[in-house]
Amino acid sequence: MRQHKLALCKEHYLEWVPEQTERFIKQYGMFGHDDRVLVAVSGGKDSLSLWDILIRLGYQADGLYIGLGIDGGIGYSSESHRLSQQFADARGLTLHVVDVEREYGRPIPVLAERTRRGLGKPCSVCGLTKRHVMNRMARDMGYDVLATGHNLDDEAAVLFGNTLVWEGDYLLRQGPVLPGSQGLARKVKPLCRFYEREMTAYALARGIEYIYEECPFAEGSTSIYYKEILNQLESARPGAKLTFYLRFLEARRSGLFREDQQAVGSLHPCPKCGQPTTSPGLCSFCRMIEKINQPET
Amino acid sequence: MTVKLILRDREYEVRAGMTLLDALKKSNILPESVVATRAGEMILEDEILKDEDVIKLIAVISGG
Repeated sequence: MRQHKLALCKEHYLEWVPEQTERFIKQYGMFGHDDRVLVAVSGGKDSLSLWDILIRLGYQADGLYIGLGIDGGIGYSSESHRLSQQFADARGLTLHVVDVEREYGRPIPVLAERTRRGLGKPCSVCGLTKRHVMNRMARDMGYDVLATGHNLDDEAAVLFGNTLVWEGDYLLRQGPVLPGSQGLARKVKPLCRFYEREMTAYALARGIEYIYEECPFAEGSTSIYYKEILNQLESARPGAKLTFYLRFLEARRSGLFREDQQAVGSLHPCPKCGQPTTSPGLCSFCRMIEKINQPET
Repeated sequence: MTVKLILRDREYEVRAGMTLLDALKKSNILPESVVATRAGEMILEDEILKDEDVIKLIAVISGG
C-alpha cells in the first residue's frame, strides 16, 4: 500500500482492514453497536466484504439484495443473488431480497426501455430504483442506518465527475454520511477510505466468493473511465486519490460549498410512496412506474 | 526464461528476473488496476518473478 507506505502480511492485513473500518465508523459518527444496520449487498467484493467486516466487528448487520433482472448472457443477477445468499447462509445471517420484476412488474432493462431514461443504457433507471428500494426497506423495516460498500475509488470517481462540471449541489451532498431526515434513511459508506484494490485484496484473503464479472451494462461507462484516469494519476503519484477525496471533505467541512436553503425547504413527501422529493407531485421513481404502467400508444 | 501474466482472457509474456511492478509496466497494465496472484496466493509489487511463473491478475475496477 504505497499510499500508506505500509506492507502487511495476510494475517495482519485481515486485522488492519476491520480496525481501520472501525476507526472510520467512529471518526465520521456513522453508527454504534446498538444500531441496526442494513447493508446493501450486490454480490460484489465491496458489499460482501463490508458485511463480513461489520459482522467481525460485532455490529448488528442484515443484508439487502435487490434483484435487478439483468442477464447479459452471463446470468448476472441470478449469479450475484446466488453468491449473496450463499454468503448469508454460510454465516447464518439475514438477507432480505427484493425482486424488482416481482415488485414493480418489469426487470430493470425493460423499465429503462419503456421509460426511455438514460440514453439507451439502464444505469440511470437502475440507480433510481436501487435508491428508492434501499430507502423504502431501511425505513419500513425499522433499520437505523443503511450502509453501502462504496470504496475510495467509487467516491473519487464521482467527485472527479462532479468537479469537472462543478455540480455544486451534488458536491455538497457527497460524503461518508448522508444524514437521515423525514422519510429518508441515514446512509453511510464505511469503506469510503479504502482503495478498490485494497478491498479486492481483502475479499481474496478472506476467501469471499464474489461476482467477478462486471455488470454487462457497465462496459464503457463514464465512472469506469474516470477510475482509469485516476489510477494513472495514482500510479505516478501514490496517494493522489486519497488526497483528492480527503481534501474535498476538509474543504466541504470548512464551508467551501453552501446549502441552497430554498431547495432544502422545498422537500415534501411523495403522495404515493411517502419518500421526500423536490418535484411538485409524485417522486421520480413513482412517476417512472406510473409511466410504464400506462398503456402504450 | 519467461513469465506469463493472465488478465481476463488476455495473456502477456515478460522476462523472468524482473519485479512484478516492472512486468506490469512493461505490459502496459496499470498496477493500481489489478491484484496479482501466484498459485492462489497474492504477491506484492516488489516480488521478483521466476522462470515459468504464471501470474493471474485480478481486475479490481467495478461499477457503472
